[in-house]
Amino acid sequence: MTGPQPAPGRPGAPPTGDVGGGPTAYPDGARRADGLGEPAAGGGPDSSGPLQRTSETFLGMPSFQTAARAALANTQQRRNLAHATATIRAKRAAVVAEVDAWEELRVAGAEAKDEALHHLPDYLEQLEDNLTARGATVHWARDAEEANAIVVGLVRDRDAEEVVKVKSMATQEIELNEALEAAGIHAWETDLAELIVQLGHDRPSHILVPAIHRNRAEIREIFLREMGDVGRPAPADLSDEPARLAEAARLHLREKFMRARVAVSGANFAIAETGTLVVVESEGNGRMCLTLPETLISVVGVEKVLPTFADLGTMLQLLPRSSTGERMNPYTSMWTGVHDGDGPQDVHVVLVDNGRSHVLSDPVGRDALRCIRCSACLNVCPVYERAGGHAYGSVYPGPIGAVLNPQLRGTASDVDKSLPYASSLCGACFEACPVRIDIPSLLVHLRTQVVDEASGRSPEALGMKAAAWTFGDHRRLEAAQRAATLGGRLLGDRTVRNVPGLGAWAQARDVPTPPRETFRQWWRRTHRDEDREDT
Amino acid sequence: MSGAREEILGRLRAATADVSTPLGARGEPPVIQAAAGSDHETLELFAENVADYRATVVRCDPGGVAGAVADALARRGARSVVVPDGLDASWVSGLGGEVRVVADDGLTPADLDGLDAVVTAARVGIATTGTIVLDHAADQGRRALTLVPDQHVCVVRADQVVHDVPAAVTLLDPTRPLTWISGPSATSDIELNRVEGVHGPRTLDVVVVT
Repeated sequence: MTGPQPAPGRPGAPPTGDVGGGPTAYPDGARRADGLGEPAAGGGPDSSGPLQRTSETFLGMPSFQTAARAALANTQQRRNLAHATATIRAKRAAVVAEVDAWEELRVAGAEAKDEALHHLPDYLEQLEDNLTARGATVHWARDAEEANAIVVGLVRDRDAEEVVKVKSMATQEIELNEALEAAGIHAWETDLAELIVQLGHDRPSHILVPAIHRNRAEIREIFLREMGDVGRPAPADLSDEPARLAEAARLHLREKFMRARVAVSGANFAIAETGTLVVVESEGNGRMCLTLPETLISVVGVEKVLPTFADLGTMLQLLPRSSTGERMNPYTSMWTGVHDGDGPQDVHVVLVDNGRSHVLSDPVGRDALRCIRCSACLNVCPVYERAGGHAYGSVYPGPIGAVLNPQLRGTASDVDKSLPYASSLCGACFEACPVRIDIPSLLVHLRTQVVDEASGRSPEALGMKAAAWTFGDHRRLEAAQRAATLGGRLLGDRTVRNVPGLGAWAQARDVPTPPRETFRQWWRRTHRDEDREDT
Repeated sequence: MSGAREEILGRLRAATADVSTPLGARGEPPVIQAAAGSDHETLELFAENVADYRATVVRCDPGGVAGAVADALARRGARSVVVPDGLDASWVSGLGGEVRVVADDGLTPADLDGLDAVVTAARVGIATTGTIVLDHAADQGRRALTLVPDQHVCVVRADQVVHDVPAAVTLLDPTRPLTWISGPSATSDIELNRVEGVHGPRTLDVVVVT
């Protein structure tokens, strides 16, 4: 059992748990489809593909703001995150500063992805042709279920009882490990952080460093407690020194690498022009999986396509510096179908849609598909740094998750309609993004969608309607202002800490004290004589 | 299955129906790279950046390769070394009876796991990033060779070193398997501190032949 505990559901949770004017204040009755079936409320044009189904792990997740409240109370996690994100921010800044043409690279990176995304069907067909010509078998999967069924079928046909896995966001998204385990196939995560998460029966909280919320002492405990149950135990005298922990992982996984017959990977890039797949990694676990087994199955989101091999000249400058803050990551593997006498001779590529065509159909929102999963936006985000990754209710946390999840899954569920508000719109994410995804603008775009879908029933919408009526006529406005001064005279200089009905908005802010008189009243009182002279 | 293919492509075509720019309108991808100084400066930068990721860098002339390889293996106490078929035989000729030289005649992963080191050539070096790229030609061997043994001694000729990443990409043949190596195996997964030595070779020795 590797699956983390499902998030607590929130039947009957009070709607006041949200901050920032979130749109969750109306009752979540019939609209709360949680992505099951075919939710009608997805936003975006009608030509769009179907939404991604919310996986069981994240079904019934509370809104971001509710989940974040619990996460904020976890002081250990906050300390771990503050330390880790501060470290990586400094490293990234240093290596980005080394590159004079960084902005040009960002533009080129965005243009490469846009070229691929704007003509995705053409580039996918080209990719398929080239992969097939080089001996690989290409499979297509409309959704997670179909992708999982393809992989399970391939593993079963080879009579394998286990697979070794390279860290892959796509396989996490489709919850392939759970599908494999359900079919009686062990899936061994081999990336150190994924191993920590898997052994700890935990959930990833960061794209690049899924165990970022764990410190060395916690990792030591997990290794000592869990490794023996699934293979070679950790040495009894294991310390919490990172080098010793890495050594324990090396020893634990080596026997699995040596005997594995099937590996499952994702891909950072898929080159249409050549059929080349690229995996960018650090530890060598990727190389082990991509090289030693007989069969290699790569699960690749359709948006991973790049037009040309030369685009790697741009991307391999952008990705490592943005991601781990290194000039280059320790290992990058590229393979093009089957290489005679070298590596797996049975090579499969599963191209997955799973909501991506829906995202692509929004001419504004589609920019989010440029994402190369570097996680720079997470590391610079003040909200992520404090709330951590779990509150985002998806394998994609942080600012990019806040724009990607509501587009992939629609905004029917509590968490997905709250995510566009999981931001102060400070803009640090856009500045850090190596492919120039304007995340703040996308968040505003999605907020508009969420509000439109509430179709005038939210207190915010009603309030705005009332305001429009009041502002529409100067007599109504003056009457309202006079009414407010009554409150001002009653309150005097006292600060209003909370107002019933304003809920969470007022929890984080003082309500402005109404003035004792309006500007017009003040003017009339102090300028009565001048008025007369003028007329 | 073909149903899925047609359906996905159909969805994607519908989703991009608004796009008016023709396919390939972007033109050739731009080549954006750091300005190179002299060859000498590029080589210095390469050595500096390789060493910065805690690989050992040794420079020698063509006649000194065998000695440099022997020294590198001795530093780690390697007792056995696998060599690819196409390796310049003179590079390992200096190894005495202390070190067993093994040819790659279909060694299994387990066989490789029992060997201490591997000696290979390289395809290209990149100065700005301190990277070595292998294209696994005969003088570098198949990918498993440079992965399973714990020490990799890699011989790079000075004329193979380019200044920046795009220059390397243009030299590479995508029909070959390619491995980009920047320092020894490492992880930053524990509190984002870099730790050398996880699954790949924990020791990387680079011999630069000038």
